[in-house]
Amino acid sequence: MASVPRACPDCLRRSRLLAHLGPYVERVASGAPGSRSPELLRLCNEDLLAVAAPKVAGQLLARVEALDEAELGEELAAAGCWACCPHGALYPAALGDAADAPWALIGRGDHRLLAELEPAVGVTVVGARRATSYGREIARELGRDLARAGVIVVSGLAFGIDACAHRGALEVGTTVAVLGCGPDTAYPAAHRSLWRQVCEKGLILSELPPGAPPWRWTFPARNRIMAALTGMTVVVEAAARSGSLITADLAADLGRDLGAVPGPVTSRASAGPNNLLAGGACVVRDAQDVLDALLGAGARRLDRTGPALDLALLDALAAVEAGAVTADGVATALTLSGGEAAAALARLELLGYVTCSPLGVYTRTSMASLEQGDV
Amino acid sequence: MQRNDLLRPTREIHLHSVVAVLAIARTFTLDGIAARPVRVEVDVHRGLPGFAIVGLPDAAVREARERVRAALVNCGFEFPLQRIVVNLAPASLRKAGPGLDLAIAAALLSASGQLEWEALPRVAMVGELALDGSTRAVHGALAIAEAAREDGAEAIALPAENGAEAALAEDIDVIPIDGLGRLRSLAAGEWEPRRPEALPLLLDAAAGAPDLADLRGQPHLRHALEVAAAGGHSVLMVGPPGAGKSLAASRVPSILPPLASAEALEVARVASACGRLGPSLPGGRPFRAPHHTISASGLVGGGSPPGPGEATLAHRGVLFLDELCEFRRDALEALRGPLEGGEVAIARAGARRVLPCRFMLVAAANPCPCGRGEADPDCTCAPVEVQRYQGRLSGALADRIDILTAVRQPSPAEIGGAPGEPSADVRARVIAARERQAQRLGPGRCNAEMTPAEARACSLNTAAAALLADLYARQRLSGRAHDRTLRLAQTIADLAGAESIGEEEMAQALQLRRRDRG
Repeated sequence: MASVPRACPDCLRRSRLLAHLGPYVERVASGAPGSRSPELLRLCNEDLLAVAAPKVAGQLLARVEALDEAELGEELAAAGCWACCPHGALYPAALGDAADAPWALIGRGDHRLLAELEPAVGVTVVGARRATSYGREIARELGRDLARAGVIVVSGLAFGIDACAHRGALEVGTTVAVLGCGPDTAYPAAHRSLWRQVCEKGLILSELPPGAPPWRWTFPARNRIMAALTGMTVVVEAAARSGSLITADLAADLGRDLGAVPGPVTSRASAGPNNLLAGGACVVRDAQDVLDALLGAGARRLDRTGPALDLALLDALAAVEAGAVTADGVATALTLSGGEAAAALARLELLGYVTCSPLGVYTRTSMASLEQGDV
Repeated sequence: MQRNDLLRPTREIHLHSVVAVLAIARTFTLDGIAARPVRVEVDVHRGLPGFAIVGLPDAAVREARERVRAALVNCGFEFPLQRIVVNLAPASLRKAGPGLDLAIAAALLSASGQLEWEALPRVAMVGELALDGSTRAVHGALAIAEAAREDGAEAIALPAENGAEAALAEDIDVIPIDGLGRLRSLAAGEWEPRRPEALPLLLDAAAGAPDLADLRGQPHLRHALEVAAAGGHSVLMVGPPGAGKSLAASRVPSILPPLASAEALEVARVASACGRLGPSLPGGRPFRAPHHTISASGLVGGGSPPGPGEATLAHRGVLFLDELCEFRRDALEALRGPLEGGEVAIARAGARRVLPCRFMLVAAANPCPCGRGEADPDCTCAPVEVQRYQGRLSGALADRIDILTAVRQPSPAEIGGAPGEPSADVRARVIAARERQAQRLGPGRCNAEMTPAEARACSLNTAAAALLADLYARQRLSGRAHDRTLRLAQTIADLAGAESIGEEEMAQALQLRRRDRG
């Protein structure tokens, strides 16, 4: 087992400074929501202090300078974390592409994953926190299928799309979560168990030290890390002005591939990705599209064809595809009895063609049926 | 008999300085939905005029003093200006309600020598007195009449309004009286009142009650309700407001089998104890839909003295919890035990009461706080809110729910379409399925009550077993969910008249079952 990575004290002091500057940057960045914080983070310590907290600059700087290496190391070890920086081993080279790359990267979990995390084998999946069941199902599938194909799925542990992408990836493998708070803090708190799973099976990254609380500005800041870490960023669902689009912009600026999952043009939740598609983003219908874009067309094939279906099940599947989301809707659309519709949906679910939410809402998966392909 | 000998009507006690007369009457006080016997001992002796009631009376019993005094005087009796002590035995039992008035008055009349009534201790008496001496109806007459019979009373005298209700109890004379004045002729044996006609036990709802035909379209919802009724399974409907959840729930009693006469008597006993019996019995199975602001003790019973809650009022019927997510968590938690055991035990200082509550649970919930459902792009709920809201659906009570059905807003074509299948047809199938269950499990039992051992003993064909095993392996089903699916499949097979569970029935059960994880 490789030894625990180490970061140089200057880089660790920088992360401490960012934590101290939380409320000050919040005030400066609040004028221009979100997107300004990555620009601020480009500045060196002195300039950053001069912009964000001119009155207490000297005081804060002195406080951070006073931290010695042993103290910083103990703090990390106490929180079960480790760190790496551009001046040491394991720091992802891809981050160097960005002018505003984080100095130190604090991690928790399996650091060997960091060595594997090349842009060519990483995909960032982002999207709305308020996602529809369609978006969630797609995110989960993308996560699962990409992880199965050996791609590392990176996301932000937020509600909605992020969590589904992580969960999908964890079903079959590993995943990387980049946080806007210290890596030892589960945020949002409701995702504590997911956070723990990622710690055990994957990797948590952040540029903030353990114990740092999240601020509004830290989320766009972590978005820049997510965008830079991987070779492609996929937006699953996002409203027209969503934080996920910041990640998409940052990825595009870095020359990374940009993908978007198309949705209904009337759906507010799909406005963001639809706009990206109109602007030339790569269409992502399933994990195969991502693999083609990332590795070159046909480089790796995913078999998504499900078992053969009889006519009754094909009809039921067609009804779900046509927008019947409940058993009642399927029964009405096909003039079946309630029992017949129930049995058909149960079979489709078992075969993997549809999934059912705990509230009884059915969603089509991307599994292709044979007959459809033949037509 | 020996007990009755001890209860001599009047006993004169001669001491050299005191002449006191003691009279005893027999009455009952309501405790939960059961009646407990109370002896009223009245002692009248010389001394400073006064009227004291002892023996744990509540406020209503204490106020009997004023009612009895006025009623006696207004009926032409004399209120003795002596020292009167009324003792209510057993002294440890808390006596509640105004039903003791009549017995206190009768014993007082006997003790003061105004009434020579040899048979007084053999006749039970209940009734509230008005100031003019007429009687007013009391709660729980049926339970009281039954308790009087158990206690060995030969007859029970009670207000005429309660006569028909009390006459439901067999093997006891029911004497309806309309006022205190009647006691005179009754004691003298000059008046032989007729036994009132007993209330007819209505095993079924009256014609014109809500019918399932009103539910148009929505085939899956109908199917889910039919399965629920056939196996006594609890069901949760999730869907937007106005989709017909409440309408569907109120039709569930109409597809349940009619009450057996013993069950109807249980329903009548509960209704009587709560004073909910009007001129006739409520027809058929009760349907209770408490508002979601109800407290835990309102739902399962409680208070001081402990009274029945909605769960008991829904005994042998349907308890409908609309807006399940809005109910207080402690109230739903409290419902958990009763739902499994079929009875609720209320322990309060002093006593523990067990009330029956064998009901079928029907619940409804919106998919999210705004009601539109997350799939609807107009839903404005924040993810945290939705998560918190749905989290309430996975609580301990939801764990007891067998069937989940997603209710959809019916299309205009469905609403304007032909009426659905009437309740009578659905009910015929439900009755047939219940008969099959009774043959297998024993009389009165249904599939929802199967023990895990019984559920696992259900006969499945190989295809059905393979289907269940497949799901069990793939979705990491809990043992409880596994058994629940088996129970549901058995009910669907019973409805279909199949000997064993086939693949089709199992597939339907897999779809209908409530999912565990969110």
